[in-house]
Amino acid sequence: MAQMYHLLASIAQSVGVLYFMGMFLAVVAYALWPRNRETFDRAASIPLKDE
Amino acid sequence: MAAAQHFSMRGNETIGAGLCAAFGILFLIIAGLTDHSGYAFHMVVMALACGLGFYAIVNRAAQGETRHEPLEINGRPNYEDGPIRFATIAAMFWGIAGFTVGLVIALQLAFPALNFDLPWTNFGRLRPLHTSAVIFAFGGNVLLGTSFYVVQRTCHARLAGVLSPWFVVLGYNLFIVVAGTGYLLGITQGKEYAEPEWYADLFLTVVWVVYLLVFLATIWRRKEPHIYVANWFYLGFIVTIAVLHLGNNATIPVSLTSPKSYILWSGIQDAMFQWWYGHNAVGFFLTAGFLAIMYYFIPKRAERPVYSYRLSIIHFWALIFLYIWAGPHHLHYTALPDWAQTLGMTFSIMLWMPSWGGMINGLMTLSGAWDKLRTDPVLRMMVVSVAFYGMSTFEGPLMSIKAVNSLSHYTDWTIGHVHSGALGWVGYVSFGAIYCLVPWLWKRERLYSNRLVEWHFWISTIGIVFYISAMWVSGIMQGLMWRAYTSLGFLEYSFVETVAAMHPYYVIRAFGGGLFLLGALLMAYNLWMTVRAVAPRAEAVPAHLQHVPAE
Repeated sequence: MAQMYHLLASIAQSVGVLYFMGMFLAVVAYALWPRNRETFDRAASIPLKDE
Repeated sequence: MAAAQHFSMRGNETIGAGLCAAFGILFLIIAGLTDHSGYAFHMVVMALACGLGFYAIVNRAAQGETRHEPLEINGRPNYEDGPIRFATIAAMFWGIAGFTVGLVIALQLAFPALNFDLPWTNFGRLRPLHTSAVIFAFGGNVLLGTSFYVVQRTCHARLAGVLSPWFVVLGYNLFIVVAGTGYLLGITQGKEYAEPEWYADLFLTVVWVVYLLVFLATIWRRKEPHIYVANWFYLGFIVTIAVLHLGNNATIPVSLTSPKSYILWSGIQDAMFQWWYGHNAVGFFLTAGFLAIMYYFIPKRAERPVYSYRLSIIHFWALIFLYIWAGPHHLHYTALPDWAQTLGMTFSIMLWMPSWGGMINGLMTLSGAWDKLRTDPVLRMMVVSVAFYGMSTFEGPLMSIKAVNSLSHYTDWTIGHVHSGALGWVGYVSFGAIYCLVPWLWKRERLYSNRLVEWHFWISTIGIVFYISAMWVSGIMQGLMWRAYTSLGFLEYSFVETVAAMHPYYVIRAFGGGLFLLGALLMAYNLWMTVRAVAPRAEAVPAHLQHVPAE
């Protein structure tokens, strides 16, 4: 049980942290990527052009 | 209908009617076998619902080919609004019911004689009725209705499924009835916000999976290549609630003929599961879902695109990454390991960033159009809701800090905090969305009366202020009295003295809640008159493209 705990804790404290940070940085990069600007500007006006 | 038409049922109708028949019979058998009267009552209610479902499907099939709606009419999506209209009416109904029960229990706390010494009307049973009625019945119907509206309009596609969307809204409301009557009859798991017993939970699981499938299938058939951010928030809400519901309700029933069940988890694991569930019910049901409403209805009403679409993407991912870890702050100073408590606190504090990012995004959408706040009370209601969102998501992390929590926990401060979020944020953004939706869904030119909306706004805002400030004062007073020691090291106050000290604040709180209810009644009247008395909206469609309403 204690071994299992240490295994899980060490994964969470190393790979887990990096994985989550990496995912989050990828999201930020996606959101701020200059080439996506046009897509997002268009997307922002989706609610205004229905019906 | 024309007698010449041949009666035939499609595959989905045959399956639907068959399931209704089979489960109706099963529920009747269980009702006959059980010796628990409340459970028997529930089985009869569910069997009755199956019978009505069977009748509705067959009756609809008897209408012949006219029942099949095209996906598009003249190149424009033929939106399915029936289930949305139902959910909107249900939301208003449950809202008023839930606020009324809230007022009753607020009065019971001030004047205990109002418990009437009856089992069905005591505080312990009415309190979950109030919380479930406002969160799941009112809030849930608002989320179902708006999500079906928004996903169609932002995907430019008709809602997927024919019977399924109706199953989702009707099934969800049946769940509400079973859950609510269960509390009054004393059927409960005793877990906050997860009170319904195993059979209601299983039924809700089926409803929820169908909800997810309808939502995904509608996105799947979208004409708009980009999935608008509101749909991401709705999806986050639907998926996470499914996971939370399954995790916190992993129970084994005593038998098929008993409403009682036992949870797989034990001790502190069960407590942690409960508050992982409980806090994410706040994070994903009451936050992510209603943020979806904010991201659609505020831009729509203000006629301006959202302030920053990029911020909305970061807002979404940051919010769901962080919220899921915040639950342990409900278990400070308990048997939960210290590191888990600290982790919950840390993530709660980090939540300040996405919460305020989202608030800024919502508020700044108004930039350049602030004058609309003066003229449009509906928009004002939604903007004030975002301000309340900012306020309660500032207060929440503050209260999750262990040192603050040692004062605030178990006191009325928590109740005040919850209600600034529930009345101010969830309530107001829902009211705003419903005020928008009713003229759109019933195709009316405008609301019956803007002045009534003004009255609603001001009466309920004053109500909220009375409510939350009374709870702040009484909560902090309560916390300080509980921890006050005499110079000899004895507790200075007996518990009953702290209860007596709160009486005036309880009266003020009930007064505030009463004002909030009054506002909702004005709203219901205004909406009723909008449908009854306001002229239909002139269609802006060119004459050669006009079509008969899809009814």
